[in-house]
Amino acid sequence: MTFVAKPKVHHPRLPLNDIGLTRRDYEGSVSTLCAGCGHDSVSAAIVQACAELSIPPHRFAKVSGIGCSSKTPSYFLSKSHGFNSVHGRMPSIATGANLANRELYTIGISGDGDSASIGLGQFSHIVRRRINMAYIVDNNGTYGLTKGQFSATNDKGSTSKRGAPNLYEPIDLVSLAIQIGASFVARSFSGDKKQLVPLIKAALMHKGMAFIDVISPCVAFNNHNGSTKSYDYVREHRETVVAADYVPHAEEITADYEPGTTERINMPDGSILQLHKLAQDYDPHDRVAALHYVQSRQAEGEVVTGLLYLDPNPMDCHDILGTVDTPLNQLNEADLCPGNAALGSVNASFR
Amino acid sequence: MKPTNIFDPNYFHKVVDCQWACPAHTPVPEYIRLIAQERYTEAYMLNWDSNVFPGVLGRTCDRPCEPACRRVRTEEKPVAICRLKRVAADNKGDISAWLPRIPKIKNGKKVALLGAGPASLAVARDLMPMGYEVHIFDKETKGGGFMRSQIPAFRLPEEVLDDEVDIILNLGVEQHFGFEVKSMKAMLDMGFDAYFIGTGAPRGRDLDIPGRKEVSANISIGIDWLGSVAFGHTTSIKGKVIVMGGGNTAMDCCRTAVRLGAESVKVVVRSALDVMKASLWEKEDAMSEGIPILNNRPPKEFVHENGLLKGIVFEVLRPVTGADGKLRYEPSGEPDEFIECDHVLMAIGQENHCPWIERDLGIQFDKWDCPVLNDTTLQSTLPKVFFGGDSAFGPENIIWASAHAHRAAISIHLFLTGKDLLNDRPPEHINLVSAKMGTHEWAYDSEHDAAPRYLVPHADKKKALADIKLEVELGFDRELGAKEAQRCLNCDVQTVFTDKLCIECDACVDICPMDCITFTENAEEDELRLQLTAPANNRQQDLYVSKGLKTGRMMVKDEDVCLHCGLCAERCPTNAWDMQRSVVLVPQLGSQAGC
Repeated sequence: MTFVAKPKVHHPRLPLNDIGLTRRDYEGSVSTLCAGCGHDSVSAAIVQACAELSIPPHRFAKVSGIGCSSKTPSYFLSKSHGFNSVHGRMPSIATGANLANRELYTIGISGDGDSASIGLGQFSHIVRRRINMAYIVDNNGTYGLTKGQFSATNDKGSTSKRGAPNLYEPIDLVSLAIQIGASFVARSFSGDKKQLVPLIKAALMHKGMAFIDVISPCVAFNNHNGSTKSYDYVREHRETVVAADYVPHAEEITADYEPGTTERINMPDGSILQLHKLAQDYDPHDRVAALHYVQSRQAEGEVVTGLLYLDPNPMDCHDILGTVDTPLNQLNEADLCPGNAALGSVNASFR
Repeated sequence: MKPTNIFDPNYFHKVVDCQWACPAHTPVPEYIRLIAQERYTEAYMLNWDSNVFPGVLGRTCDRPCEPACRRVRTEEKPVAICRLKRVAADNKGDISAWLPRIPKIKNGKKVALLGAGPASLAVARDLMPMGYEVHIFDKETKGGGFMRSQIPAFRLPEEVLDDEVDIILNLGVEQHFGFEVKSMKAMLDMGFDAYFIGTGAPRGRDLDIPGRKEVSANISIGIDWLGSVAFGHTTSIKGKVIVMGGGNTAMDCCRTAVRLGAESVKVVVRSALDVMKASLWEKEDAMSEGIPILNNRPPKEFVHENGLLKGIVFEVLRPVTGADGKLRYEPSGEPDEFIECDHVLMAIGQENHCPWIERDLGIQFDKWDCPVLNDTTLQSTLPKVFFGGDSAFGPENIIWASAHAHRAAISIHLFLTGKDLLNDRPPEHINLVSAKMGTHEWAYDSEHDAAPRYLVPHADKKKALADIKLEVELGFDRELGAKEAQRCLNCDVQTVFTDKLCIECDACVDICPMDCITFTENAEEDELRLQLTAPANNRQQDLYVSKGLKTGRMMVKDEDVCLHCGLCAERCPTNAWDMQRSVVLVPQLGSQAGC
């Protein structure tokens, strides 16, 4: 934590994006989290991803619940829309926001407590409903804000800072998300922006529920030798199966992966998502196989990262409900209340 | 790249751009902090120790520090370092307790200093605390040399100069004023143990073009004319005046001529405005006093009628930047220009000139008539004779004279104590002391102040032009000085990285406002410079490279635009980053500072 605000001055040769802004224009106020918190790196990755997408900051809606993770929307995109909701209730707010204005890019920020404990019900149902958003969980396996109790994602057998072991099975949000309808599921690590930034970009451009579980070490309470969510443990036990590379349409694609392992996926806005398979035989489009792989590796204490599952034919909530293309908040009274004659014809259709 | 050796005294010294650029290596950020704390006397003495003439330099220095200032690169305008020095000088208290103590019993060695300009005075200052008997010789009646004769009083009030000259003379220097040195042989016969020649570059260049001889009565050599004004021999100049030349002497000439009652004054220069030798601010000051500067005009001929000067004919050229980036001058196609004038002040350069040194004494001179010297020791080919200031390598400035003097004083001391002048020379050192006082508490004002450079107030122009002794610049008052001091980035408080403590959490990378820090794979410098968060294009500035870290990557910091705001250290969970104040210890005889 620091009391000193980050100076406004920036590197004289900081690149401008396509709309003439620098990365610094996507930042928020200075973080009050502990020095070295992984969450700050996730915020920095979001800043970088949004700047590189060249989307104006006010086109984003950021929503969160309660917890260290859920404080972070203050620390990025200060010129966007935001809502800091009740503990575990971010999905309700995100659902409402997305239904009301489908043109905004919705970023939901939550933590392992906010999504896997108090908010597990809300998490499950927003995933089922396939709200078009990037749902990011800053997952540190601990309740840092209340001084380090085990959270629901903490691995069985991993210890607290004082050495007491965790006695319960963890909830794996990635497996859950794959199982119940997310069309884009990834896992990453706060200490690897090279992997995380393209994943966030792809998640934002993905049409449908895009879920990213980011392992984000808690330096104060869960970065010790008995932890499976420490910087060292994750670095030693990480296996990346599919690397994603988000390519804006204007840019030429340069492939530096082995031929035959790269797949190109056209995104709705004309940009391209490239998948590079790093683990042979891994098929990111096969839901059952992906689930099996992730869980079997997890049983061995390994952490599978990368773009783990991508639905070849994604749908979002608006597709399912058949809403109009115009955002609901832009419809006028005449559209919303078409009058007695229209009501009569609707009623007639049910007779 | 190999890991950076931060214990090489030069590494962090270079990061303090102002101090590195200063010939005397004055610890600029340290004295600016003292000014901010209203400790003017301490700030003055820190300067005095290093550059000897803070009051003079705070008004007249060529300020190599300012173009080097990091703020030029991070924002736009440098910290007003020079004018802050003056704030220290203007507000200092009684310094007598701070002055070096001079041994009453001398060490038995006698040293002669020829010329009483800045170089000789600074040598005297350095040698006196060591117990030497120091004799100073000058043909004028007062000390100061060119500081007195060449710098007009409206830029440097006499009392400021007198004060700083007297501080040194009052240390107990044996004074021989009104003594013109006419023969080096005679001086050597006086039997001093060592000689320091600081007689400057007293000969102004002349111009040999048609008509020159016929109009001698109407032509003055700039530096001689300024000297005669300074000593009160010349009190007026009549008619239309042309100043020829584009250096600082030309600027002093034209501004002095305006004050002495010239009907009109014009500066005519061979070169283009941007490449004129005069400092930017001196050109601006002259122009703001309504003096036109006509560029790209080499003189062709003095026009006269019966020995009476009528004017000068100038060719009119056009500056062209060639494909190689070099500036050339082409004929502009315009006809030659005739400019009317009654008097010409010639300020086209000066040279060192020692006709009084007999050439058979063993003191060798090169083909440009400069003494043959060892660059480091400033010793001539006659071992007991040393040179410094303008007389050593040609015209420079006061701050170079101080720098030479420190080097020469060390050499003289080594010479007189029977040591080797090169091998026994004391090396530079650097001290690093953590500036951390507690959580979020630093021993310096780490917050970045985005204020633009403050302007120095000037005296009313009408009054200034009517009085040659009225100082034009009023200097910052205490309040403005304190504000300007806040602009300093404290580049001497270094970002020091301990690789063993780093957990590679990226906190420093994320918070750094200037994108200085990158964790990346090792590569050759050229490649590495391109693969950083922000490309490191400024090759003048070093990369700070750590040893390999746990992931096999390493920390690379581009020193170029670091604000020294300390946020990397604030954000570091393991104290792998620390802010440490660096103190560069430049060897200097009798120095009180540096600890």
